[in-house]
Amino acid sequence: MASEARKALFEPLFSNNPIALQILGICSALAVTTQLSVALIMCLALTSVLAFSNLSISLIRNHVPSSIRIIVQMTIIASLVIVVDQILKAYAFDVSKKLAVFVGLIITNCIVMGRAEAFAMKNGPWLSFLDGIGNGLGYSVILIIVGAVRELFGSGSLLGYQLLAPVSEGGWYLPNGLMLLSPSAFIIIGLTIWVIRSTYPEQVEEADFELQNAHNAPAHGGAR
Amino acid sequence: MKIHGRQGGFLNLPNDNIVKTIAVALLLCLVCSVIVSGAATLLKPKQVANKLLDKKANILTVSGIDLDGRSVEDAFQQIETRVINLQTGEYTDAVDAQSYDQRKASKDPAMTLPLSKQDNIAQIAGLPKFANVYLVKEAEQIQKIILPIEGYGLWGTLYGFLALEGDAETVSSITFYEHKETPGLGGEVENQKWQASWDGKQLYDDQGQPALGLVKGSVDPRAPNSQYKIDGLAGATLTSNGVTNMVQFWVGDKAFGPFLKRVRNGDVQAQREKIDEVHTAESV
Repeated sequence: MASEARKALFEPLFSNNPIALQILGICSALAVTTQLSVALIMCLALTSVLAFSNLSISLIRNHVPSSIRIIVQMTIIASLVIVVDQILKAYAFDVSKKLAVFVGLIITNCIVMGRAEAFAMKNGPWLSFLDGIGNGLGYSVILIIVGAVRELFGSGSLLGYQLLAPVSEGGWYLPNGLMLLSPSAFIIIGLTIWVIRSTYPEQVEEADFELQNAHNAPAHGGAR
Repeated sequence: MKIHGRQGGFLNLPNDNIVKTIAVALLLCLVCSVIVSGAATLLKPKQVANKLLDKKANILTVSGIDLDGRSVEDAFQQIETRVINLQTGEYTDAVDAQSYDQRKASKDPAMTLPLSKQDNIAQIAGLPKFANVYLVKEAEQIQKIILPIEGYGLWGTLYGFLALEGDAETVSSITFYEHKETPGLGGEVENQKWQASWDGKQLYDDQGQPALGLVKGSVDPRAPNSQYKIDGLAGATLTSNGVTNMVQFWVGDKAFGPFLKRVRNGDVQAQREKIDEVHTAESV
């Protein structure tokens, strides 16, 4: 049991990362990572929604009619997201202003739905709760990497502290404008996936196609 | 399937039973709505207070008042909140200045003025009859006039404040406290360095028409008419146009124009004392 719990909690960090391996929840990883502090709050919001949606769905999993199970999951997730949004507006007003619409978009984050359907519907409450936390942390790891790189090279600061003095304020660093735009997050996520898959070669997917040498192909009997 | 020991109740029905499906759906909706509305109601006072505090903090920032370690509420005591009639440009007591909600009023047909499409360059929802102004005074002389402004950018309405010097034609600063513009592009309206570049710009040209606006690229301070020009926001043409329209609308004849003219002519000062007398009489 303990090993199962550990697996649910730590496996999603690197070896089964929701963003890097399952390729879920990319959209918000692009949107909220221009500043590290905003990314951190988003991680916290998503992790708590994920943990509690997994917990509550797991609690009622034996009574959810399969014909309406997606709607049931959505209703629970949406309610939790609204509650989180309200709490942020009340206790972290500045951050909620920066996150704006993206907290609401946790509802459509594929990780939450994905874990509810794939894990919480089949496992007990405690294990599902841990799985939610684990996947939330897995998401957080990627967001923190992307957020740190984007803020450092895009604005020359980290968590708001100016580390590289930008030219516009008399320093030497010319901020990289691309880092503030969404495409840079794609690039950083891609590079992160590369690093993770080099470390865990078993994550490398089998190629759909094999490149053949055009001239010699017939001699080798064509594609196989 | 899990078998419950409890006799009766829909929980013992098979999961694909239609009665159970409806019962589960209803029960879930009930529980979720109680949780959501509970959270919304419980946290509402705190959220409203946050919004108000944020607005006050923005007014303080734009007016250039240093907090000096004081709380926002304390520092805000320095600022005089007034309501003016936009058509006449005079102070009014028709509504209570402290509790008047201009944003709410601009959606109320009874509280708004007609505004033709051509005139509505800032694309606001409605032009309120009465508008808030915030004044910073020293020895009864107006030092700063802070006007609430709003207008459409690219994704939604921007809300902000424009602070003018006591002469009612020189800009001292601008700030935006609520907008939906793209972070890093249109969202740069929050950039303090850009906001600081508004300092000293002139609102009106020689004919007295609103002239201040954003231009593409950056402004050469030595170029002629640079006092009417502000650096455009790179990569955010529509937001830049929105900000220009918003400023020109709110300082124009349809909005704060008449009031600012009265301040320039010195009419406001005299009237202010008259209202003060009324207030003193009331409070006694």
